[in-house]
Amino acid sequence: MNAIVSVLGRDKVGITAAVCVKMAEYRINILDISMTVMQGNFTMMMVVDLEKMTAPFGEVVEACDALGKELGVSIRIQRQEIFNAMHEI
Amino acid sequence: MLTQKEIFATLEMIDRQHLDIRTITMGVSLLSCCDADANAACAKVYDKITRSAANLVRVGEDIEREFGIPIVNKRISVTPMALVAAACEAEDYVPFALTLDRAAKECGVDFIGGYSALVQKGMTQADERLIRSIPEALDRTDLVCSSVNVGSTRAGINMDAVALMGRIVKETALRTADRDGLGCAKLVVFCNAVEDNPFMAGAFHGVGEAERVINVGVSGPGVVYHALQGVKGAPFDVVAETVKKTAFRVTRMGQLVAQEASKRLDTPFGIVDLSLAPTPAVGDSVARILEEMGLETCGAHGTTAALALLNDAVKKGGVMASSSVGGLSGAFIPVSEDEGMIAAAQSGVLTIDKLEAMTCVCSVGLDMIAVPGDTSAETVAAIIADEAAIGMVNNKTTAARVLPVPGKKVGDSIEMGGLLGSAPVMPVHPESSAAFIQRGGRIPAPLHSLRN
Repeated sequence: MNAIVSVLGRDKVGITAAVCVKMAEYRINILDISMTVMQGNFTMMMVVDLEKMTAPFGEVVEACDALGKELGVSIRIQRQEIFNAMHEI
Repeated sequence: MLTQKEIFATLEMIDRQHLDIRTITMGVSLLSCCDADANAACAKVYDKITRSAANLVRVGEDIEREFGIPIVNKRISVTPMALVAAACEAEDYVPFALTLDRAAKECGVDFIGGYSALVQKGMTQADERLIRSIPEALDRTDLVCSSVNVGSTRAGINMDAVALMGRIVKETALRTADRDGLGCAKLVVFCNAVEDNPFMAGAFHGVGEAERVINVGVSGPGVVYHALQGVKGAPFDVVAETVKKTAFRVTRMGQLVAQEASKRLDTPFGIVDLSLAPTPAVGDSVARILEEMGLETCGAHGTTAALALLNDAVKKGGVMASSSVGGLSGAFIPVSEDEGMIAAAQSGVLTIDKLEAMTCVCSVGLDMIAVPGDTSAETVAAIIADEAAIGMVNNKTTAARVLPVPGKKVGDSIEMGGLLGSAPVMPVHPESSAAFIQRGGRIPAPLHSLRN
């Protein structure tokens, strides 16, 4: 099962690193990653594999929320199907 | 492969354009709960609902979290209670409503619908008992919603039931006068009621339905409004295409949530209801969509045409996105629940007469309209009759949910809070319809040929 991790907020050093460490902590494998900074705004999108995830989904959502607060950005993890449903026929 | 643009487009719809799933509604058949003893029947009703919907709220919340999409309400609809209660000797049906309320609270849902009677052709003793109990039932419960079907294209309009409902609406308003007639917000009078509607107050689980079923209602006026801002000044075919594409996306999300809920609850998937359901939040209004098409204020000349286009395009886009579409499926125009409608009504541009015309081309009908407290029962009944006639002749579902707010006059406003919003008290015609309503009997079903 794949999920999309999206990160939005003011850029600063270490956002990508911190998010990747958090994923590794839960044994969530990163399949694809893209990141841009425009006028100081940081956006990152990751496709991740939840196959070997070590905690229930809800706990990971909470961990992402908490990390987001710490870094001053919004971090969301959502099942990929919702995006597929909306953008693919 | 998904692009970053697509992903952020979805996130923006959720964050800024109020995209949500309005409701996951579980339909539960109560036909197996009939019993000659009212207490035994109530016990069976309570058991069956709480057993069937035990996990509904938890599953809804799980889906919400995993997919990152808000699911605003979780609801239950049940078999019209008049059918279930008919087996027992009891004359007072209020205990059935109290039972539904208790069961809904136990399950943690937002509303339970189905305190209903279907009387389009005639009333059984049970139907009449249920209808007469509605004011007390809605006064003494918090989550119970009630509906009565008074007409259909095949049966005509039961004008005795219409007259009775005029009185019942008035009585419900008086009994809940301390809450500005809030009981009436939970009471809807239908023509051509559908059996798989997930929306309140009119949801009930029809007798043609399975034991249990999952129906989902989507929302999304904000998303459509935003999409139309991108095609300013373009011809109407471009407008229609834009609405279709947007409705497709919104409905696909509803379909996904419905399938997921159906799987997790081990309950068959019924339908996705394609309705554009507004909320009182700014940016989530159907009226503002119509205004975006070029009308200065919703209610101006051209509003009916704009709504016709919107309603049709929503259906065309949505139908392809779901394996099974049903319910009410169209744009809702509840005045109190739509920020733009409230503003248009307050400015006096949007009148009940215009709203009535709008209901000819869109979903449902005169919805959540506050009228002066001194409006007579006959006038309320006549408003219901007009709406029922539109539904009957046009082969569509129409309804009236009117609140004659005790003690309030035109210019006053009532505040109901939450999804129900606030409503300016709108003027009704003061001329009497009493002699018309007092005739009673039935308006015959319309001819199905020679249609003009």
